Amino acid sequence: MTSYFEEISPAAPDTVPLRRVTLTLNGQQRVAEIEPRLLLAHLLRSGFKLTGTHTGCDTTNCGACTVLFDGQPVKSCTMLAVQADGHDVLTVEGLATSSELHPIQEGFKDAHGLQCGFCTPGMMLTAKALLEQNPNPTEDEVRWALSGNLCRCTGYQNIVKAVLWAADKMTKE
Amino acid sequence: MPEALDEIKIGGMGASRKRVEDNRFIRGKGNYIDDIVLPGMLHMEILRSPVAHARIRSIDTSKAWNMPGVRLVLTGEMMAARNLAWMPTLSYDTQAVLATDKVRFQGQEVACVIADDPYIAKDACEMIVVDYEPLPAIVNPQQALADGAPLIRDDKENQHDNVVYHWEVGDKEGTDRAFAQADVVSKLELHYPRSHPSPLECCGSIADFNRSTSKLTVYMTTQAPHIIRAAVALVAELPEHMIRVISPDLGGGFGNKVPVYPGYVMSILASILLESPVKWIEDRTGNLISTGFARDVYLQGEMALRKDGKILGVRMHTDADHGAFFSDAQPSKFKIGLMHSAFACYDIPAAHLTARGMYTNKAPGGVAYRCSFRVTEAMYFQERMVQEAANDLGMDQAQFRRMNFVRDDDFPHRTPFGFLTDSGQYGKCLDVGLAAVGYDDFLKQKEEARKNGRLLGIGISTMTEPLGAGNSREYDILGIKMFDSAELRVHMTGKAILRTGAKTQGQGHETTWAQIVAHELGIPAEDITVEEGDTDTAPFGMGTYASRSTPVAGAAVAMVSRKIRAKARKLAAHLLEVSEEDIDWELGRFYVRSARDRGVTIQECAMAAYSNMPDGMEPGLENNAYYDPPNLTWPFACYIATVEVDPQTGVWDVLNMVAVDDCGVRINPMIVEGQIMGGLTEAYAMANMQFITFDSEGNCIGSNFMDYLLPTAWETPGFELHEVVTPCPHHPIGAKGIGECATVGGPAAFVNAVMNAIGDKGVRNIDMPLLPDRVYEAITQKHDVSGAPPIRTDDE
Repeated sequence: MTSYFEEISPAAPDTVPLRRVTLTLNGQQRVAEIEPRLLLAHLLRSGFKLTGTHTGCDTTNCGACTVLFDGQPVKSCTMLAVQADGHDVLTVEGLATSSELHPIQEGFKDAHGLQCGFCTPGMMLTAKALLEQNPNPTEDEVRWALSGNLCRCTGYQNIVKAVLWAADKMTKE
Repeated sequence: MPEALDEIKIGGMGASRKRVEDNRFIRGKGNYIDDIVLPGMLHMEILRSPVAHARIRSIDTSKAWNMPGVRLVLTGEMMAARNLAWMPTLSYDTQAVLATDKVRFQGQEVACVIADDPYIAKDACEMIVVDYEPLPAIVNPQQALADGAPLIRDDKENQHDNVVYHWEVGDKEGTDRAFAQADVVSKLELHYPRSHPSPLECCGSIADFNRSTSKLTVYMTTQAPHIIRAAVALVAELPEHMIRVISPDLGGGFGNKVPVYPGYVMSILASILLESPVKWIEDRTGNLISTGFARDVYLQGEMALRKDGKILGVRMHTDADHGAFFSDAQPSKFKIGLMHSAFACYDIPAAHLTARGMYTNKAPGGVAYRCSFRVTEAMYFQERMVQEAANDLGMDQAQFRRMNFVRDDDFPHRTPFGFLTDSGQYGKCLDVGLAAVGYDDFLKQKEEARKNGRLLGIGISTMTEPLGAGNSREYDILGIKMFDSAELRVHMTGKAILRTGAKTQGQGHETTWAQIVAHELGIPAEDITVEEGDTDTAPFGMGTYASRSTPVAGAAVAMVSRKIRAKARKLAAHLLEVSEEDIDWELGRFYVRSARDRGVTIQECAMAAYSNMPDGMEPGLENNAYYDPPNLTWPFACYIATVEVDPQTGVWDVLNMVAVDDCGVRINPMIVEGQIMGGLTEAYAMANMQFITFDSEGNCIGSNFMDYLLPTAWETPGFELHEVVTPCPHHPIGAKGIGECATVGGPAAFVNAVMNAIGDKGVRNIDMPLLPDRVYEAITQKHDVSGAPPIRTDDE
């Protein structure tokens, strides 16, 4: 349970209406009292301290803030947190279990699919949604699926390899 | 006798070791600036100028002050009262922290608000009322030079025009003589458009001034934390030992995180005034319109040629647009950076370069965007000029390059502008590239395709570039010499911690530095922790940019390891009860020369350093090294692109992109290849789509990722990588820089390929980016398309 403004802003004026939001976050039910204009990315990062969701552009272009919303990739920097009420949200912190990495995470490390790491959480979540719909994608299908996520370091070639590596591993499992 | 260590197995040189830092990044457990939360932390937001050039009549902050949750509103006037309204730049100019008299570019910092919450701070910025008196805006160097142009820098005494500098280098008379002897003179004019590095993470800082200890801790997105500490100490006159700069995980840098930005300065002042931690996180628009841009240079030149293809001389002139303040982040003594590294791979007897810089009403701070200080522009001009010269002579472009290359046995070689290159196999790299792309076959295909109305083209770009500033004779930042450093502490169990003065931003230092230690000492890489970025713990270094980490800090890592090995040798002699002269070293182990099975491992030496040292020996096994390179390193690259241009639309597709890089000895081939592919993508971006331009009023077109196009996985082509290895003769492990080669050399390969495809249409040049409408215009109108792309406004 996290009450967002209680902690961050003692000076929040009484006139700000608070809304209660209940969501399933990485498999656990979480509740927050929030200002209605709060963005989902900010609730995840500042409210729930899940800082793996990054914001890179504020305009839905770069995809660093991508989370899975009822299984679909969405860009949480331009989604209101109140829209998540009653929904299921998966962030990068929910990808691995305590003992084991998700194959996509392994693939990114194995194929050198990341450098600075800032785009990586969003890339991996987008890839997860792709592989759930299409377990054996072609290179072009991977590139198309990832085209809403920007990377400035890798040139994408190794990211594509990482996703195909994961697809291969997941089909074999 | 123990089995010899396998260097690859212990993660030494040449191992494509998986990256250590990935373990946190793939779990979302990186620690970037915005992830850091300090108790009682306040939030800062900046109000920026909406206009490019205007006098400030008044600023009314009263409504902002009265908002609940607002702690402080800063204006230029308040900064001026503390002598902080202006700050020095890295290029010996001044830059406004908060505007006092005028705003000089759209996006300039005008005021800032510190509040309990970032939303409140943003709201409060909206409540600040600024009365601007508009002035005409200057948006290119030509306007800046025009008669009657408004004076942008009226704050500076003795500044009576918009010229920043005149500068020249080379041999003017010798070049004149070369042109007098020329059979053919080839000419070219280019514009390298303004671009922005745009690391995916924007800039930010958290300043935390603790009154009780007088210590200022600044978390900051900086590629050079020690420089920042020095700058704060010298500029703000705070004692250096009371300043701690911590550069956490950086979400990319590419040069954008080298300069000192006003936001950093304001967050520091605000923390001192409020005695609370103050966090500033830049938004993307702020990043794009106010922080270090790159390029924006007009280049023209000519080449004197003999009929047989020999280049006799080169003349170049550059007009650079520096924006409102000359704050180029470059450490050389040369006004236009290393522009005069142009033509370094060719044997050219004479060359002369003149350069002018101009102030304009655009964002300041030309940074080396994945580049060594204007090398990108230099190599772009070089390789476009070379192709056009080959065309003018009617020669094959590969053959023309080959006959003018510096030969393998001609090193060290003095370049046309006076640099000293030391090694390379240029012809071999070209051969590998031509073979990989299937050059002769492609030329046949191209001819066949043309008969069917299809336009195929091939573009070559070959270049050597100077990487790894400095040496300290020619390179410094505000007088601080460009060396770098490493400190290695070997614990008693043979594990170790290494700290350097560099700062990784994705290059993987935590992985590769340990590999150098493993190579030098035989300690497995996984037993070595690497730390960077905290000025309280890391040795003084100049940071990471201009591909200087491996050439300079990497060399320091090797040198400190060798110091450790020298002490370990004494310990080994003691343990083996022989004299030092009687022992030899193999990876990870000293042994008695006459009895190879009698030996001690480096780990045993480490334990002895703490438990069994000889009488009189200082305990412990640690040391540091400061490395001042004797020269820059000179990697060579050959990039060859093949494209197909659609004559109906002007759209061009990359068919193949072959990269042959010779960066000397590769420490971690996987990481080197990652750097090359990233660089090629930026090269493709520059050639194809990525530019920032301005309308006539100075409005920045490209202030967000909807207008500023970055390539995605969909349009980015695949790359085919090859290598040639010519070790650097003066680097301790034979390595050369690599991080930026592809960004520097790549653009010309793509543009040359497109020009080659449409070359028979009577078009000499299309300036980047080669947007489809520009290519289409060139094909259909049969004329050059020059300058920054025009901006279509709503009126048109």
